[in-house]
Order: sequence, then C-alpha cells, then structure tokens
Amino acid sequence: MIRFTSPSKLKALGMLGMNERNIGFIGEHNPRKYYPLVDDKLKTKATALKHNIRVPELYGVIKYQFEIADATRLLHEYDGFVVKPAQGSGGKGILVVTGHEDGLFRKSSGATIDSAEVRRHISNILAGLYSLGGRNDKAMVEALIHFDPDMEKYSCEGVPDIRVIAFKGVPVMAMMRCATHESDGKANLHQGAVGVGIDIASGRAIRAVQHGHLVKQHPDTGASFDDLQIPHWLQILDLSSRCVAITGLGYLGVDIVLDKLRGPMLLELNARPGLAIQVANMAGLMHRLAAAEKIASQTDNHEEKIALARQQFAARLITAYSDDEINTEE
Amino acid sequence: MIASRTQIILIAGTLFFTGVGLTLYKVIALGFPLLPGEYREVWTIESKINFSPSGGPVEVDLRLPENLAGWVILQEHFASSGFGFTVIEESDGRDARWTRQDLNDPTTLYYKLQTYRPTSTPLRNIPERKIEKVPLANDQLAAMNRLIGLLREQSSDTESFVRSLVREFRKPDDAQDRDAQFLLGTFDEPKTTILLEVLAYADIPAQKIRGIRLEDGRKRQRISSLIEFHHDNRWTIIDPSNARLGMPEDFFVWQRGSDALLGVMGGQDSSLEFALVSNRLPAKTVTGMEQRAGAYALLDFSIYALPVEQQGAFKGLMLIPVAALVVVVLRILVGIKTSGTFMPILIALAFIQTTLVTGLSLFLILVSAGLWIRSWLSHMNLLLVSRISAVIIVVIFMMATTAIFSYKMGMHQALTVTFFPTIILAWTIERMSILWEEDGWEEVLKQGGGSLVVAVIAYVVMSNEVVKHLTFNFPELTLSILALILLTGKYTGYRLSELYRFRDMDTHK
Repeated sequence: MIRFTSPSKLKALGMLGMNERNIGFIGEHNPRKYYPLVDDKLKTKATALKHNIRVPELYGVIKYQFEIADATRLLHEYDGFVVKPAQGSGGKGILVVTGHEDGLFRKSSGATIDSAEVRRHISNILAGLYSLGGRNDKAMVEALIHFDPDMEKYSCEGVPDIRVIAFKGVPVMAMMRCATHESDGKANLHQGAVGVGIDIASGRAIRAVQHGHLVKQHPDTGASFDDLQIPHWLQILDLSSRCVAITGLGYLGVDIVLDKLRGPMLLELNARPGLAIQVANMAGLMHRLAAAEKIASQTDNHEEKIALARQQFAARLITAYSDDEINTEE
Repeated sequence: MIASRTQIILIAGTLFFTGVGLTLYKVIALGFPLLPGEYREVWTIESKINFSPSGGPVEVDLRLPENLAGWVILQEHFASSGFGFTVIEESDGRDARWTRQDLNDPTTLYYKLQTYRPTSTPLRNIPERKIEKVPLANDQLAAMNRLIGLLREQSSDTESFVRSLVREFRKPDDAQDRDAQFLLGTFDEPKTTILLEVLAYADIPAQKIRGIRLEDGRKRQRISSLIEFHHDNRWTIIDPSNARLGMPEDFFVWQRGSDALLGVMGGQDSSLEFALVSNRLPAKTVTGMEQRAGAYALLDFSIYALPVEQQGAFKGLMLIPVAALVVVVLRILVGIKTSGTFMPILIALAFIQTTLVTGLSLFLILVSAGLWIRSWLSHMNLLLVSRISAVIIVVIFMMATTAIFSYKMGMHQALTVTFFPTIILAWTIERMSILWEEDGWEEVLKQGGGSLVVAVIAYVVMSNEVVKHLTFNFPELTLSILALILLTGKYTGYRLSELYRFRDMDTHK
C-alpha cells in the first residue's frame, strides 16, 4: 500500500514543494540573466577569485577537440586532478584521478584507466554530452581536493561536500552529502548517498538520512555521525552568504568542499537547488525562508545576518557551543 | 507577485468564460449538440481543375454531379477568380462553365461540394442505349471475335460473361489470353473503354458510371469508373477493379454515362483531382443544411468554413491542446517524470495512427533494440552529432525491418510503424542511454515508464469520442484549455509525488 501524507501536514512542517520553489523563489528572486554565471563553472570561478573567495586551483581549460591529445599528455605531470565539464549539471561527467600506476591513471574508486579513455571522456565533455541542453562545452582541469582528515571517514569513493542554501544573504539550511559505495561515489541522495543535516548555529550534525530513513553511521566506513562537527563552520557560513551578493541571485545553493591545506573552498553554485536538503534535515524550508526574508529586511550587514541566522535556526541551544570551540583549528 | 497573480486570474477567467460562453451560445442558440449523438457521415469533396493556357480565350466546362443512388448534395461552392462563371441547365444535367478572354499562367479552378447518403438506393432503371461499335482494323476484329467466342464458351449467361471478361482484363500480362493482351496493347485507350468496346461487340448494352472512391484525408484522388450493363431488362453494375457486382459502399456517383466530365478549350495538360474529407456531423445539423442549402450561418464560425485539406489537418491539430493539458496536469499536479517535456504527446499522436496495443509494442521494441545498438555505438567513441545521426539511421532501418518482417508474418498492423516520429525516437534512445550509464536502469524505467504513462493517458483522452466531438465542433473551447493551463502555471501547492516523497517527514518528529 502506497502511503501518502496530507498537504496540510506538509504545510504545517513548512515543506517547500517543487512548484512553490520554481514560482515563489527561483522565478521571483533569481533573474534569468545571472544564470550563466552559475551555470558556467569557469565564470563562477573567475567571479569568486575576484571577490577573494577560495576555489580549487584551475590547471587548465580544454576548448577544442584538437587540444585533447596534447592536454592529456600534460596531465601525466599532475599527481591528482579532476576533469569536469564547465556547464555540467548534477555532478555529471566528473572524472577524478588520484594518482598514477604504470603509466595509467588511477580513479578515486581505485580502478585504472589509460589515456585513451581520458581522451574519450574529454571529447564527450566538449561535445556537450554532460551539459545542460547538450550544448558544446569546455572541459576544465582542476586540482584534486585533499579531504580534511576529519571528513574522510564520512565518505566512500567520493568527495563529501557541504550544501548550504542561502536566501538573500542569509544561510538558511545546510547539509553534508556523503557518497557511499551504493551511490557509486556520487553525492546524489536519490542514488543512495547519505544526507547529513547540519545545524546552522554550530556546524554539528543533526541527523543523517539515507533513502529517507534515519541512519546512525556511515554504511561503508562505520563512522558515527553523532560526532560530526564540520570544521571552519563560520568560514563556510560566511562564504555561502557572500556568494549571494556576488551572483545577484537571491535564492542559491552553495556547494563547498573542505581542503586539508586550504580550508573551505567554493566548488559550485546552483541557481536551482533541490529539495532533498529538507529530507536530510527532517525540516521544511518555508518557515526558515520567511524568517530569512525578515532578517534581510532588518539589516544589510553581512555579519549580523549570519549571527541572526545562527540564533534563529539553531537546532540545539547555541550556548552549548562557544565560537572558539567551533573554530578550534583557526 | 500578487499583481501578476491577479493578472493571470483575470486573463484566465476571461479566456475561460469566452470559450465556455461561445460554446453555450452555439449549443443553445444555434442548436449544436453538446455531446456526440446520432451522426451522419458528411463528405466534403473539393474538385480541382488544373490546366495551362494554350493561348486565346479559355472555356472550361465541368459536368456537375446530381443526386444519384441515394447521395444528397448539401452545399456547393465555386471558386472562379477572374473568370466569368455560369451554371448551365441542360436537358440531361447541369454544367459549370468558366470563361475568360485571355490567360497566361497555369490555373486551378475549384468546385467544392458537401454530400451525404441518408439511404443507399439503386440507380433508376433507364431504357437501354443503342449499341455503337467503333470500327476496328482486321486483326483487331479477329482478336475481338476470338475473345468473345472464348468467353461465351466459358460463361452461361450475360452476367457471368461480363465477370469473366473483367477478370481476364485484370490478370497480369503473362497470364492473359493472347487476344485480350493484343486488344489491350493495340488500343490507345484506358482499360475501361476497351472493356466497353468488347461488350459492344458482344451486343451487350453498357456504359460507364463515373464517380469518386471516398477515402478520408485523400488529397489527390482521381475520378474512377464503374461499368453497368443491361440484361434481362435491368442494369447491373460491375466494378472493373475487382470484378465485384453491385454498387460499392464508398463510391460517390458523379455521372451516369460515358460522356466526358471535363472539357477545356484554349487550355492543355488539364487534370481533375479531388481532395476528400469526411466529418461526422449531428443528424440535426445535416437536416438543417439540407433545408437551407447554400447559406448556413452556423458553419461560418467553425472549422467547416476552411478548405477541405486544412480541415483534415485541423481535426488532429485541435486535439493537441487537450494533450498539452494532460501533460501539464500530470507533470505539475501529479509530478510524473517524463523524458522530454512534450515527447509523450508525439508518442500519443503516433498511437492514434497505430492503435494502442500495436503502438506500445512497436515503441518498446524500437526503443529497446535501439538502446542495445546504442550501447554498442558508445564503444566507438563518436562525436555527439554523428552518434545521434547514426542512431536516427539505425531507427529508420529498424522501422523498415519491423515493417517488412511483420508484413511477411501477415501482421499488417505493424506497417503503421512509419507513424512514429523518427527524430524523437532517436533522441529518446540517446537520452535513455545516457541516463542508463549515469543514473542506472532504475532511472531509465522511471522516466521511460513515466513518459509512456503520460502518452497512454494523452492517447486515451485524445481518442475519446466526446473529446473529439467537442474540440472539432467547439474550437473556442481551446481558449478555456489555455485558461486552465495558465492557471496551472501559477500553482504553488504540493505535487502528488511530493506527498509520497515527504511521507516520512512527520513520523520522526
């Protein structure tokens, strides 16, 4: 028997639906003309650098098919790198190489591929296989992210990333997406990745959800989510709320990775962030978005917005954690 | 936000009530039935006379049809721009005559009529005609006499004689009697005329019945002939194309007798073609048309006022808004995922041609075979455009194979495979294949299944008789559909699928 919940219950929980998101938030607060900035990762990167936001280092860009052979030869000089389409969507077409073995490239899953396969992958990227609307695209080669050792145990075969939804400069909700063996190293919740709801106030895990059910620990590594405290949390909040200002988009999904050496870095921006974050937090977005609207009307000050957000969206008592405790590494 | 919402509600309200209001006006004031009831099949026949001027004054004569064999002509319309036009009443019928002093370019003249057949009655019994024989050369005469002698031996009466003659003429060349073959070869005339000559030499009075074989949607139908022959004081009709006796059901009788239908003076390369369309009109409307033949204001508001060729096209076109509404509702209110926004509509349109079961199985066969071949193509490392083009060619090849194979197996319905839109199929296969590689087969089943479910529902709605009746007879209802679509575009509530997706949200509190 298929069980449905009632619209009134969802309304009471403040759940944001797809139609409301499209009309009330994306349509209302995200002017179409700013989309290219977030849809093209090269443009995002350039803009971010201009505003002193840290991003993974760009090794190079491949624009034309004839450049592929030379570029692939050069790739042997890097220990690890990531190849991705500039206008890809949903994490498609990302190739992560973590090292070399007998002249072959080693992928993050441990499998090895030869340079012909890398060339084919880049060729597919340029042809637009992974891009929105199948348009011709550019392939970008970036530095490999070195996970923070604290975070490594929460992911299997892939990068754990942190998604923050920011509305009018106010961080509203956050989650960490942990790849699992089942999700094939991808951070998509519907493919079996674990979504961990993160407390906006403290950066600690609230709850973790896989396939819509609560889980206590990572299914592959066994790491318990109760102990999860995201390092550099204040920097992450700061980074995500600043992104709203630099893009001109009011309703934004900010994807952040933590690098061992360089700290939080902006991975990509999303003008149409999905609804799964509500499942990971077991909370609706609507009430928080309304509160964020109020905060944004009260103050233009960036610091104040974050402070108010931390106060209002705290999952536990904020006094339990001092800021020093959160930012021990700084 | 509030302003744009009020705006939409105002616009949608106006559109909705305009559509419904016009419909009600037509139902109440003009007597259109709201629901399909008793219907008459009304054929609209548009005759096109094409010719090129050969210099000098032009005169075109067309023999007009009469009410014969139960056919009733409801309306007639002539198009004669730049020509003088008269209808001439003669003792044996009516002629339309177009005249013009000089003409430079090839021209088309139109004559449109609407007709239906309340009852199927036999043709009047007229006295037999005097037999006129065409003079023949000696060898032709000898062949003629031998053929008649041979057929007489094989037959017992006039009827069986005529039937064996028609059958003889229908045989393929190599199986034919040598004399029949010789006659057909030496006369520079159509088969039907030679048939009449043979009958004349066999002393059987006979003549042509000219008319049109009715096929809905045919655009360039030619005039056809039946043959009627006189014996035992009555006329019997035989169809020379299949040797069957009696008047075929789908035959509109234009003229009885062998006289020419079309005469063009001052012109050359003349041809007469017919475009045909059948409509199911309410019996009441047809009666009204019959009574007030000529000027019928009611029809000016409808698609019936269009030329016949376009009417046929609009029949299908007016159904598409309904299908679009189905897609909008299923995607926005229910939340079914489909591959490609309007791909389900195109598939549903193909289903209308193929019928549902055949269409579904053909679609599944084509897509799964296509996916299999596409997975092999993906090893070849092709550029995207070449790969999709390759898939298109593979799809066409598979369509041909399916058609030929099933035809040989005696499954004729599979021939309708050609109605599937090739490019759409190729894109579907390409997308499904990428989806498979990236998100796994579950996602392929989900989106492919979703598309098929939407297509099937759209098909069921589009092939519903009431829906067909409403969209064609009340095209203004499309405004109401537009209004509903606009309103749905402003719906911010939850989708049915979200009520399922978020079903566990309340239990963990």
